[in-house]
Amino acid sequence: MQSIVEFKNIFKSYPGVIANDDVSFNIKEQSIHAILGENGAGKSTLVKILYGHVKPDSGEILINSDLAIINSPSTAKNLGINMVFQHFSLFESLTVAENLILGMNENISLTKLKDKSKTICDKYGFNLNLNSPISSLSVGQRQSLEIVRSLLNNPKILIMDEPTSVLTPDEISKLFKIIKNLVKDGLTVIFISHKLEEIINLSDYVTIMRNGKVVSTISTQNEDPETLGYKMLGYKVSKAKQVSDINFSQEIFNIKNLSTQSKDPFTVNLNKIDLNLKKGQIFGIAGVAGNGQKELMEILLNENDYEFSGDIFFKDLNINNLSTFQRKSLSISYVTEERLGHSAVPEMSLSENIFLSMNHKSEFKKGDFINFEKINSFASDVIKNFKVDTPSYNVKAGKLSGGNLQKFIIGREIMSNPELLILSQPTWGIDAGSEAFIKKTIVELSQKGVSIIIISHDLDELLEVCHEIAVLYEGSLSKPLNVENINITKLGKYMGGLFD
Amino acid sequence: MNIELIIGILNIVLISTTPLVFAGIGELVTEKSGVLNLGLEGLMLVGAVTGFITLVLTGNYFYSLILSIISGVILSGIFAFLVLNLMTNQIATGLALTIFGIGLSAMLGKKFSGTPIEGLSPYYFIVISFLLVFSVGYFLSKTKSGLIVRAVGENHNSAYALGYNVIKTRYFTIIFGGVMSSLAGYYISICYAPMWQEGMTAGRGWIALALVVFATWKPWRLLVGAYIFGGVAIMQMNLQAFGVELPGQIFNMMPYIATLIVLVFISSNKVRLKLSAPSCLNIPYEKNS
Repeated sequence: MQSIVEFKNIFKSYPGVIANDDVSFNIKEQSIHAILGENGAGKSTLVKILYGHVKPDSGEILINSDLAIINSPSTAKNLGINMVFQHFSLFESLTVAENLILGMNENISLTKLKDKSKTICDKYGFNLNLNSPISSLSVGQRQSLEIVRSLLNNPKILIMDEPTSVLTPDEISKLFKIIKNLVKDGLTVIFISHKLEEIINLSDYVTIMRNGKVVSTISTQNEDPETLGYKMLGYKVSKAKQVSDINFSQEIFNIKNLSTQSKDPFTVNLNKIDLNLKKGQIFGIAGVAGNGQKELMEILLNENDYEFSGDIFFKDLNINNLSTFQRKSLSISYVTEERLGHSAVPEMSLSENIFLSMNHKSEFKKGDFINFEKINSFASDVIKNFKVDTPSYNVKAGKLSGGNLQKFIIGREIMSNPELLILSQPTWGIDAGSEAFIKKTIVELSQKGVSIIIISHDLDELLEVCHEIAVLYEGSLSKPLNVENINITKLGKYMGGLFD
Repeated sequence: MNIELIIGILNIVLISTTPLVFAGIGELVTEKSGVLNLGLEGLMLVGAVTGFITLVLTGNYFYSLILSIISGVILSGIFAFLVLNLMTNQIATGLALTIFGIGLSAMLGKKFSGTPIEGLSPYYFIVISFLLVFSVGYFLSKTKSGLIVRAVGENHNSAYALGYNVIKTRYFTIIFGGVMSSLAGYYISICYAPMWQEGMTAGRGWIALALVVFATWKPWRLLVGAYIFGGVAIMQMNLQAFGVELPGQIFNMMPYIATLIVLVFISSNKVRLKLSAPSCLNIPYEKNS
């Protein structure tokens, strides 16, 4: 088999970072070629260069041994390169049919589109209703739509950027079957992932990237997750295993019969959620994105007076109508999903960001003035205790890397001595070193008696640190499962909505 | 009430509302692609004055129409260059365009104020305005180009990722909107008045802007809304004819009060606003590098 894509000495830098450093490797025709690396290793930049979305500083790409100058996504599409994006490129207010038409190179009539998409759907087992608005589709259906839209152009090369990060285990195995069939029919698939087992199951070859450089390109045949993981990181990561045979007794936080009835089609309605959290317990809320996590967090935070029915109790006190700061004063702390813009203001310094989240505490104020001395020393303590890599507390929050900023934010919340800590996606999109540190910190915190709720799409993370896990599906929360003797098949079924 | 009076009123409403339809439908297309152009008032005035001056100097209706259109292309082209290529703030740039247009038209028209001309019949423009609304409606909902305009306004990053040229699309819609505004101005100074007077558009540009929101970005609702707004403005003289004595200022306020009420009503329904408003409206687009 000959090479369909050849990367030659690709170099791309952004201010302060080298995203791709002399990247060269070949991709064989009709193969599944994975690109492996942790967040920030340069995988996405590289495929965006191939798709014409990003311009390289130097280097060449050969397609079928011919030099290809790919200036824009439309050039890439004309060369037969299509891409399925990690954050979907769908238009929310348009219908499925309109989204399909927008993705096609040629102009076709609606009836012809129906025939063509039906052929593809039948052949590979997709299920699409052309008249549905996008807002009514589940994440899995949205991905199907993205793939069908790419296939309508009869591509030769299909790039998939982290396609499994939003799917249930069941949907993942379906997707893999489809990909294998596509390759049999002549397609070349470039598959980006940081999940080791997936890559070994699915792909023929893997290129491992670290800090923008190619570590090696190998066949996946003789690899196992451990060796591959070591190659990806360059070091071994120790797991933060939770000791879970503790008997929890004291109840600290309860949600009773929580429901919402919003008419907004862009939100998920919560349906009779019950949750009991004990002192020192870590409770994981699993589930694919878009199943009500955002809405649940909104209600737990109460920043926008989100309407709901039901009751929330913290140490037997009904906190339904308490504001965010009143809840914080009761020693509940929050780490929201969006690091920049929600948990921290990017244009403000680390010290200022401390004050913004702590201004309910009188020790940081002198009358009506800000006590910068106290705040600065508090910020220094956070930086020191949580190993935040920054020259000083005067650095703007937006200048920190994702991992460092997350350590700073979690550190800030932990140092305010919470009794309950609520985290949303605590390790999303950060480097493996910071991820391990944060997980270890969370586990240690629970051993000191702090109760913790983690909302996460990352099942492995929850299995590693939590005592109990429940699954959120279309606004309903499953019964909690004990992690110690957890049944993975059952958990997978829960994630697909199969629970009462 | 006699039938002649009713026909008379309807006739006046038709004639006086047409500029709102022109400016409104142009701005609707611009906003559908995600750009907010607050410069309508300025564009209308410049379109009105260039058309008027050309007609006085050449006596040729065709030349005056063309020059009025060209003024719209140039001014909205500058606006497009500023907000698309230099990524200036759309609101500030639009306001600057209005202030600039008011000043420029006053300066150009100084010598021509009060010059008598023979006006053009408004009925051609009235017919065209109806055809225009229906063709824009068809263009946006049925053609692929219209779909691209909507896609660009809905999510410009996705549109670029699918291979569409966001900047080019927005140039097209901004200039279309600009030309429609100058036509609205041309109509006012050549057909409706017909004369030139400083600031003669009298805030119609602002009403047209409110109209687009009132119509929740739907062409046929824009047409209905334009006639409601136009009707309110005309009520003044006719109620007086029936012997209702109210200060004229109250009636002059009416369109703005109606606009306010409608705006409050519309924005109280978050869901409807979210479903119909282009998501990328007023958000600058930065091309990936």
